[in-house]
Amino acid sequence: MEPVEKSSRSRGDAGDEMRLIARLRGGEQQAMSEFYDRYAKVVYAVALRVLQDAAAAEDVLQDVFLQLWRKPDAFDASRGSLAAWLAVITRHRSIDRLRKRRPETDIEECVITSGPDLRDETERTLVVEKIRGALAEMNPDQRTALELAFFQGLTHSEIAEKTGEPLGTIKTRIRSGLHQLRARFA
Amino acid sequence: MKTHEQFAEDLALYALGELAGGERESLEEHLHTCAACRRELQALRGDLGLLGLSSSGPRPPARSKERLMRAIAAEPPLRPSSALVEPPRRSLWWAWVPAFAAIALFVIAVGTWRSNRRMNDQLAELTNRNQGQTVQLDRLNQELRLLQSPDAVHVSLSPTKSPRQPSGTAIFSTSQKRMIFMASNLPPVPEGKAYELWIIPMKGAPMPAGVFKPDEHGNAMMMDQPMPEGVEAKAFAITVEKEEGSDKPTSPIMLMGEVG
Repeated sequence: MEPVEKSSRSRGDAGDEMRLIARLRGGEQQAMSEFYDRYAKVVYAVALRVLQDAAAAEDVLQDVFLQLWRKPDAFDASRGSLAAWLAVITRHRSIDRLRKRRPETDIEECVITSGPDLRDETERTLVVEKIRGALAEMNPDQRTALELAFFQGLTHSEIAEKTGEPLGTIKTRIRSGLHQLRARFA
Repeated sequence: MKTHEQFAEDLALYALGELAGGERESLEEHLHTCAACRRELQALRGDLGLLGLSSSGPRPPARSKERLMRAIAAEPPLRPSSALVEPPRRSLWWAWVPAFAAIALFVIAVGTWRSNRRMNDQLAELTNRNQGQTVQLDRLNQELRLLQSPDAVHVSLSPTKSPRQPSGTAIFSTSQKRMIFMASNLPPVPEGKAYELWIIPMKGAPMPAGVFKPDEHGNAMMMDQPMPEGVEAKAFAITVEKEEGSDKPTSPIMLMGEVG
């Protein structure tokens, strides 16, 4: 047997986040306060980018955190990144608001799997830089299709009409663009 | 009738919330029966999350937090204070109780969800599902009793070499003669191989304590593992062994944690 590193009982970021989620599930208001401090910026940034309106973005921010307070089991901490999950939930809520429709996605049904570890803020900053790098290197048409679909909520038909490209091309660009992002963290 | 490949092509649009009407319904039907598409959908949502994180902007105004805290204070209490609430100022392992309980609850939730899907096809499976839930609930109760046992010992396992990403945690109780083991960030094992957990006793050779394979994300969990009676554990370790398990370790230790 090879020499072993001493066992650790230190509080890791992962455990810290799991404890925070557990406290949230226990209905502890202070946990929500800490949770907000960690993730409000991520949620607000996505909402603001989609809605382009500070007051509307604030409303979505409230809605997302309130939904999580009401359904604290909606996020599966063992599988995905909470930051990425919040970004997706926020985008959906923002698009619903943009289209003035009732929420179409139940947060409990939004199961997510993500590669990079985003629990630590420093790590998250590095990952975000990497994502931006991947987007910058992406074919501009592909990046445009992705951003129009995600941040503006355009359908692939609307994107096809806007860009003058065939529907199938847009569909492929969106799908392969997402795969390219994933590949950066494989 | 669409093929699996055609459904797979629509997953990104579905993840974006773009599919509607019959297209959406038929894809959702397909998702009920296709695990590969469910996995890909979850991964695509992860990709969308990454895309979302590329956004940057100012912090929300301070009044936003005040508004939220007022709103949740005004919410009716949703859940009673329970075992999921972290007790204050307990020793470190107690802090894991809510998290493990939540994970155990997740295991049940997934089991229930899958059962529900099958029920759509075969009503006759209803009885089996209920029985399965009962068994799982009993199992969860057992796990919680272990976690709350005064003599439950929590051991963290660390990698024997850099980098330190893989990690494991074993919790066992000699009085309940049972243990739970969880690991994360484990690299995949070669074909025909699996990870094996070992109890290293104070005296004698390492004892096999279960064989497992990590999922696609490197996570693994073994619950309801028996703890051999009369064995005083000095440490726990993981090695890579043949799929059916070995009687003694045949490869270098990958993770190890001493009982503190």
